[in-house]
Amino acid sequence: MSGPWEGEHQGHAITQPSSDAKAEARSYLWGLGLAALLTALAFGLAVFKIFSGPALFAAIGVLALAQIAAQFRFFLHIDLSRQKREDLQLILFTGLLILIMVGGSLWIMASLDQRMMG
Amino acid sequence: MTTEMRHHPGINLSHSRPEDERHAEVTVFGFWTFLMNDAILFALLFATYATMVNRTAGGPTGAELFDIGNAFVETLVLLLSSFSFGMGAVALKEGREHPLKLWLGVTLVLGLGFIGLELREFAGLIGQGATAQTSGFLSSFYVLLSIHGLHVLVGCIWIVVMLAQVSTFGLSRQVRSRILRLGLFWHFLDLVWIVIFTTVYLPAVAS
Repeated sequence: MSGPWEGEHQGHAITQPSSDAKAEARSYLWGLGLAALLTALAFGLAVFKIFSGPALFAAIGVLALAQIAAQFRFFLHIDLSRQKREDLQLILFTGLLILIMVGGSLWIMASLDQRMMG
Repeated sequence: MTTEMRHHPGINLSHSRPEDERHAEVTVFGFWTFLMNDAILFALLFATYATMVNRTAGGPTGAELFDIGNAFVETLVLLLSSFSFGMGAVALKEGREHPLKLWLGVTLVLGLGFIGLELREFAGLIGQGATAQTSGFLSSFYVLLSIHGLHVLVGCIWIVVMLAQVSTFGLSRQVRSRILRLGLFWHFLDLVWIVIFTTVYLPAVAS
């Protein structure tokens, strides 16, 4: 069970956060700030009905996508600049599957609804 | 952002412990694959909800039922818990056990608070006669929300288990690796919640 810690890290028993840790913590703070801002914007748009109809739904949709991207970047540390791309490819492939299944289901059900109820 | 190599999603325990990275790379990728499966499950629940949202069978609609203030508080609680887990991950990376336990504890309290808020919301809805049996809309609403809530509950149990393991084993390699994966799980649940408030609560209050 002994981690690799014992050997290489005991030398400088870490009591103070390193500058590396401060950068990581700042990244999480950025994520929190951005996510809070995007959340407040989305709720504000919906509650105060700044504009309405499809434009409103498009706006809150874009805000949600932006927040997902922000959380991927700052909380999950997944971005476009990584040397290893498997994780990003897995996410994009999952996105494609979701697009086909969800988009297809909604298309079929909406069409059915129109034909049977319309 | 640092230019260090990222081997896997979530916080990387850094270059100083290469065997950690090799171990984490494979297990984290496997866990990430599971999470993407879970994402598809949620996506199809969203598709079901979108199909059913206007099928109220004469019962109440979302616009009549939902309390947007409560949804906003739930959103903030879950977002803060995602952040506090991140701070715990920074402490983990530094090998600082006490801050790690503290942040995990904060995350646990926020997670349980979220579940409490959700249960209170459900109780309020059921008190108004809006049960899962009322309409297709409410059936799909309860299924979507409680599957997410159950995930949060599982995350809370997982946090308790990890707190016990940190106390018992210290920050061994296995324990660190498990906390990494718990972190991915926890952040993922907040991602799902973004889609929930965007597709369930906001359209209801805006219409």
